[in-house]
Amino acid sequence: MTQKLIIIGAGMATGRALEQLIEADPNAYDVTLFNAEPRGNYNRIMLSPVLSGEKTYEEIVTHSAEWYEENGVTCRFGERVANVDRARKVVIAENGEELPYDKLMFGTGSNPFIIPMLGHDLEGVIAYRDLEDTELMMSMNETNKVVVIGGGLLGLEAAAGMAARGVDVTVVHIMGHLMERQLDEAAGYLLRKALVDKGITVRCQANSKQILGENGKVRALQLDDGTELPCDLLVMAVGIRPNVKLAQDIGLAVGKGIHVDDQMLTSDADILAVGECVEHDGAIFGLVAPLYDQAKVAAKTLLDEPATFVQREISTKLKVTGCDLFSAGDFAEGEDREDIVFRDPARGVYRRLVLQSNKVIGAVMYGDTADSNWFFGLIKDATDVSDMRDTLIFGPAYQGGTPMDPLAAVAALPDDAEICGCNGISKGQIIAAINGGADTLDAVKATSKAGSSCGSCVGLVTQVLGLTLGDEFKMPEKETICKCSDLSHDDVRKLIIAKELKSIPHVMQDLDWKSPGGCHVCRPALNYYLVCAWPGEEVDDGKSRFINERVHANIQKDGTYSVVPRMLGGITTPKELRAIADVADKFKVPTVKVTGGQRIDLLGVKKEDLPAIWYDLGEAGMMSGQAYAKGLRTVKTCVGTDHCRFGTQDSTGLGIKIESEMWGAWSPHKFKLAVTGCPRNCAEATCKDLGIICVDSGYQILVGGAAGLDLLEAQLLVTVPTEEEAIEVSCAFYQLYREGAQYLHRPYKWIAKVGLDWVKEQVADDLENRAALAERFRYSQKFYQVDPWAERARKGVDSHEFTPLADFTKVAAE
Amino acid sequence: MTDFIDIGSVTDIPVQGARIVRTAHGDIAVFHTASGHFYAVDEYLEGKAGPLSNGIQHGEKVTDPMRNWVFDLATGEAQGADEGCVGTYEMKVEDGRLLLSSAAIAGQVAAE
Ligand code: SRM
Ligand SMILES: Cc1cc2nc3c(=O)[nH]c(=O)nc-3n(C[C@H](O)[C@H](O)[C@H](O)COP(=O)(O)OP(=O)(O)OC[C@H]3O[C@@H](n4cnc5c(N)ncnc54)[C@H](O)[C@@H]3O)c2cc1C
Ligand code: SF4
Ligand code: FES
Repeated sequence: MTQKLIIIGAGMATGRALEQLIEADPNAYDVTLFNAEPRGNYNRIMLSPVLSGEKTYEEIVTHSAEWYEENGVTCRFGERVANVDRARKVVIAENGEELPYDKLMFGTGSNPFIIPMLGHDLEGVIAYRDLEDTELMMSMNETNKVVVIGGGLLGLEAAAGMAARGVDVTVVHIMGHLMERQLDEAAGYLLRKALVDKGITVRCQANSKQILGENGKVRALQLDDGTELPCDLLVMAVGIRPNVKLAQDIGLAVGKGIHVDDQMLTSDADILAVGECVEHDGAIFGLVAPLYDQAKVAAKTLLDEPATFVQREISTKLKVTGCDLFSAGDFAEGEDREDIVFRDPARGVYRRLVLQSNKVIGAVMYGDTADSNWFFGLIKDATDVSDMRDTLIFGPAYQGGTPMDPLAAVAALPDDAEICGCNGISKGQIIAAINGGADTLDAVKATSKAGSSCGSCVGLVTQVLGLTLGDEFKMPEKETICKCSDLSHDDVRKLIIAKELKSIPHVMQDLDWKSPGGCHVCRPALNYYLVCAWPGEEVDDGKSRFINERVHANIQKDGTYSVVPRMLGGITTPKELRAIADVADKFKVPTVKVTGGQRIDLLGVKKEDLPAIWYDLGEAGMMSGQAYAKGLRTVKTCVGTDHCRFGTQDSTGLGIKIESEMWGAWSPHKFKLAVTGCPRNCAEATCKDLGIICVDSGYQILVGGAAGLDLLEAQLLVTVPTEEEAIEVSCAFYQLYREGAQYLHRPYKWIAKVGLDWVKEQVADDLENRAALAERFRYSQKFYQVDPWAERARKGVDSHEFTPLADFTKVAAE
Repeated sequence: MTDFIDIGSVTDIPVQGARIVRTAHGDIAVFHTASGHFYAVDEYLEGKAGPLSNGIQHGEKVTDPMRNWVFDLATGEAQGADEGCVGTYEMKVEDGRLLLSSAAIAGQVAAE
């Protein structure tokens, strides 16, 4: 007699199992198929193309009414199985009808997770799981706004599908970058860019607080920070949970999913389960490939044939037109793991392979996924790749072919990109010079002038030579910024400007960084270069700064911090001194010291106390002395004409003016000044980065002094007759240094590279250039001259830096 | 089975940022890396490195602010020429919440 098989759920997994079963033995079972959805099995995966309009629902139906009929499957669609009596082996339908079974198969799939925040039950709050959800989204048009919570696969497909219909879509994602489970930061950055180009608004690190409604219908999503995002429809795509309710109710063994063994049998030998509702060996499933394997095994088990389900590697592709993205395997970094990264800035291509013991264990690809199957094969087969290690990343076509191209970033530059700032020479002009016969660096310098001034563009000029001449030209060795890049500091700075790069991931992608996220050497350097290049734009990344600059205090050997308020020109007042004395008492500061920079240091302050101590100091009108900054430190002065019998000018007053104008600026390294009233030099101006010696006839400006690791006497830059000019020259010189020096080079190191004569030309001789430099400095100061402590002590900026996440010190250990 | 304690939301720690969790046995630094992973490790390697939550992160590593030692956040191992290991603790993320193993709060380092 034919046995009775009842299947709960007509989804992708049970559909495949049915096909396998019928193909192997069409007469083995009399099948009844229940499905809560009012339809049979369709290709759920293809709902996204249906949403975007690339396909119709009819095209994605897997099993039609005819198919079920031909194969003798009794369909009960739109009917939910309400209960199962395992003792009597009957299934109870919603209408109370009882149907006996010999074998029962669960394929109940999963339920989308709905965040139980306020307003989640309003009309217009949906998930993305079935045709009904898809149809609701398809009803949106140009006049509608939709918010999608969740920047994973599903959320982005929903967003892109609606954006394709002209809907104003905002994606709200809690994590720092999109699809963080599949992608690393750089690929996430490329993806974000592509979605923004499609008109989608993307908000990362955004925590949803509640859903606001009106007359029972969704009106807006409110974020933690109070922002309201108005919407007519809100789609939650934040994950799925195996649908185990029924299985649990009838007493099957259930963990995260319905427990199954290698034969897909549940804890009841007459009941099988397949698909997203199962848990096998601790794992649950969310993609179809493993479900199809399960289906195959389940069909065999039903036919009493031996079969074993084995978990395999799975891969993901994003089904958004124009965003080719593939990811497979494991790509967390680890000590015994090695990364190979390939970026093609011109084509927006990113590839990353993670290797462990000469095997590929993870792969991420963006932009060009043509070779994804080949890489996926290497992962699945655990192929030993030692022999093709060098060209592996280029894919199968290049095996034994061309090596990596270190010139990619320069190759991608347009012809009109400026390479030599000093002489205003573009890449195209350099190529023209080379094509005109200039085949050495010197010849290019002579004919085009590129590289003939400060020399900082020489690296790039050389690369243009290499690109234009090919093998005929031998590239000289050069010092790179760090092991993450083939470019020098100068190259990177110039390319940031030429290509208008405005974030660290942007720089890393477009300049072909070899590591996935940089290192502690390049990250702070890049951050400074961006801060300097784009004042007024939000490019600063605190996380790429050394702790002192991040929390605006100097870390001490015991993890406490020191606090140094600014005292312009070394001048203070009784009020300031009282405020310092008061905070020292109030916060039990262990040491109060006069520094070598003419101001007072409070040492040994607890990190948590920093905002409070600065609040009090701020009340007394004091601001951060930035004793921690790669930026303007101190302007030491002597007493000058006010009190000294030798004084020639108001050195104290000039020092205060200069410090007032310059404080807050960031630079490649610290920058210290002194103004001294006569050549007796009581303020030690002759060993400063910039020193001014007042003389009867005016002001001698000296630069490039040092009294730290190296001891160097400052050199005369220029003598000017007025205070105004002294200030102008100081600002111009500082700006020239800010724009040109490599990160962590004090002015004397940079001057040694570019030559004092060139510096003199720029700020002493060329008055127009001097004015332009000073103007750029002042423009930049509009944005950077903010007291960091005013923001932190009063406005709660970065408060997470100063408060613990949680405190369990009072919780007794268990 | 490990018990977990809710210590906050994933947005409480900025990407590539870190914050500390105070326990009776000393501070634990919780890191949020650029790849979206969270790690909990000891704030100090006694007498050698720390406070690690103050370091610069890159990939799944952090550079100690004091002596530039680089630690792997997953294993706690010092990288390169330096030798040492900070304790690591089990963590997980569920529905946007950060969960730290209660063993960490009781001062028990995760078993390797
Ligand atoms: C507080 C102070 C010493 C004092 O008690 O007087 C000081 C303290 C530190 N100095 Fe200094 N320097 C101090 C004046 C100086 C001076 C004298 C001056 O500015 O007139 C010099 C020599 C002049 C010069 O810079 O050319 C000086 C040359 C250095 C150097 C070597 C710099 C160089 O390029 O050669 C370093 C190391 C570095 O920057 O990499 C350094 C680094 C440091 C650090 C930040 C060490 C560190 O990286 O953690 C010290 C912080 C200690 C702490 O825990 O707070 N300090 N340091 C002085 C603060 C002045 C201020 O008010 O801001
Ligand atoms: C929009 C979208 C895009 C996707 N894209 C991809 C992709 O690109 N690649 C990929 O691999 N995967 C993708 N997936 C995931 C894939 O669709 C699922 O993994 C797969 O459909 C799960 O199959 P299943 O049979 O376990 O469950 P389902 O297909 O969900 O079927 C379960 C069925 O059981 C029914 N049911 C539940 N309880 C009962 C009950 N008590 N009585 C009767 N019926 C019940 C449900 O109504 C449902 O129809 C995507 C999913 C969605 C929603
Ligand atoms: S530098 Fe000259 S003016 Fe200034 S205090 Fe010394 S002696 Fe007086
Ligand atoms: S930028 Fe080319 S010589 Fe200065």
